[in-house]
Amino acid sequence: MSEFLLEIDHLSKAFGALRATDDVTLAIRKGETHALIGPNGAGKTTLVGQLTGELKPDAGRISFDGRDITALSTARRARLGLARSFQITSIFDSFTAQGNVALAVQATEPHSFRFWRPAERIAKLRQPARRLLDDVGLARLGDRIASKMSHGQHRQLELGMALATRPLMLLLDEPMAGLGIEESRAMSALLASVKGRYTILLIEHDMDVVFSLADRISVLVGGRIIASGTADEIRNHPGVRVAYLGEEDDEAQC
Amino acid sequence: MTLFGRRGILLLLLLAAAIVLPPYFGTYYTRFATQIAIYGMAALSIDLLLGYTGLITFGQAALFGVGAYAAGMLTVYGVTEALVVWPCAVAVSMLVALGIGALSLRTRGFQFIMVTLAFAQMTYYFAQSLRNWGGDDGFTVPQRDHLGPLSLADHTTFYYVVLVLLVLVAALAHRIVRSQFGMVIRGIRDNERRVAAIGFPPYPYKLVVFVIAGGIAGLAGALMANHAKFVSPATMSWQLSGELLAMVILGSANSLIGPILGAAFFLAFRDVLSDFTEHWMLFFGPLLVARVLLVKDGIWGMLLRAAGVADRPDEPKVDYPEAAERIADPEPGASR
Repeated sequence: MSEFLLEIDHLSKAFGALRATDDVTLAIRKGETHALIGPNGAGKTTLVGQLTGELKPDAGRISFDGRDITALSTARRARLGLARSFQITSIFDSFTAQGNVALAVQATEPHSFRFWRPAERIAKLRQPARRLLDDVGLARLGDRIASKMSHGQHRQLELGMALATRPLMLLLDEPMAGLGIEESRAMSALLASVKGRYTILLIEHDMDVVFSLADRISVLVGGRIIASGTADEIRNHPGVRVAYLGEEDDEAQC
Repeated sequence: MTLFGRRGILLLLLLAAAIVLPPYFGTYYTRFATQIAIYGMAALSIDLLLGYTGLITFGQAALFGVGAYAAGMLTVYGVTEALVVWPCAVAVSMLVALGIGALSLRTRGFQFIMVTLAFAQMTYYFAQSLRNWGGDDGFTVPQRDHLGPLSLADHTTFYYVVLVLLVLVAALAHRIVRSQFGMVIRGIRDNERRVAAIGFPPYPYKLVVFVIAGGIAGLAGALMANHAKFVSPATMSWQLSGELLAMVILGSANSLIGPILGAAFFLAFRDVLSDFTEHWMLFFGPLLVARVLLVKDGIWGMLLRAAGVADRPDEPKVDYPEAAERIADPEPGASR
């Protein structure tokens, strides 16, 4: 077994003339928190789509935990331990908070072709769901209908659902997106508590969070990885300063 | 099923009315109530797809018709034991649903509607081509089946058998939608992409619910063959698929009892109005539009509110404008 959990090997994806992912090679070590940053339109979302299996790459290979997953479906990848949270909140609106997490817990069983017992009465779904809600700071909102929760609570719920699948790796797509100051503080504390327990690929615009949490950082610009290294190396990398950090002021990142 | 509280009392009252009233009013109404129960069962099968899985099918009548043909043919061949005929009809319908579902569930949204419609039309024209079975005219079924020693020739007896089956089917469906399987299909309704992301491949779950719904529609069809003692391709027509959808929408999708109430309302409305005019659709159309635009959750929701029962918190009603958006854009927010 290699020291890397996720290996992305010469991955490419083009939409017409636009090379959204251009020969990306990247390896994530077991247990590290690896941040992927880059200006808007750099191809982060496309890369995430290929990692989760929603998009098929034109060329290249992705392996996870020593296994080639390039051709596997989204569901199969999730079952191998690659969990994700979504940039745009993606939850089950009509379920309660606990129901959302419980369904994710249910996904750790081999199948759910069980037709008789009411799911809400099954203790081995309910108890882990409660515990996870507690972990992500939603302990008191278990019975709240998801569609009636705040944006910040949705972000916490997203993370709870990802954790519920008992993953090896978390693919967090802008977990801080759209959060207020207070909510941001709570979420970064939450991310800090998760760091180290899982291998994490963090895609994030909030540089404070990225530089405080990430063990290593890669910079994606125009579909290519232009730099990879520790926070200090990235901060002082001349290419990055020009291509990305320098633009930060006039791009009004949120 | 909770039999306590106002909701339970309301359900018991409805059941009591269904038991007592039709025989009290005589044969015509007993037959009418039988028809309601049968169409209600077929509509309920659509509700499993529409209300609980978010699948809009326009071909459920095909499975209803397959059940009717299977039961009618067996009876013509001299097999009149309901305990044999009806399970056979259900099995054949489930098999056909497996075939139709396996292909059509590879599509989404508008395409899924059109593909299910296409399969229904194929089934319809296949039935029409059966010369030995009356072609377009269909065929008469010589007698009703008998349930063990119980003759079903009597309208009241038959009505009660249908009613018991309807209650059993509703109870079974109630159980299924709350099971672990039920949570997965409701997850698919809410957000199919998320279901895949947590590790459930959506396709097999959709296929299984499609087959279950097909079996229920097939049972309803078998009962209809018994009820009318007549089977024709009209049992598979797209009009019937549309009417069944209208019943579900009228009554409230996503409640199981709603489609049955919707069937009652639809059939009563048609029965009363067609005494006055053959253009009853002219009045029904605006009513359906008004229901979608003005009443949040159909007849069942209105009844619940009248009885002072708050909306169940875990069951927000299907929002049709939003559902329509989902059809137009089956994978909202999908990455490029």
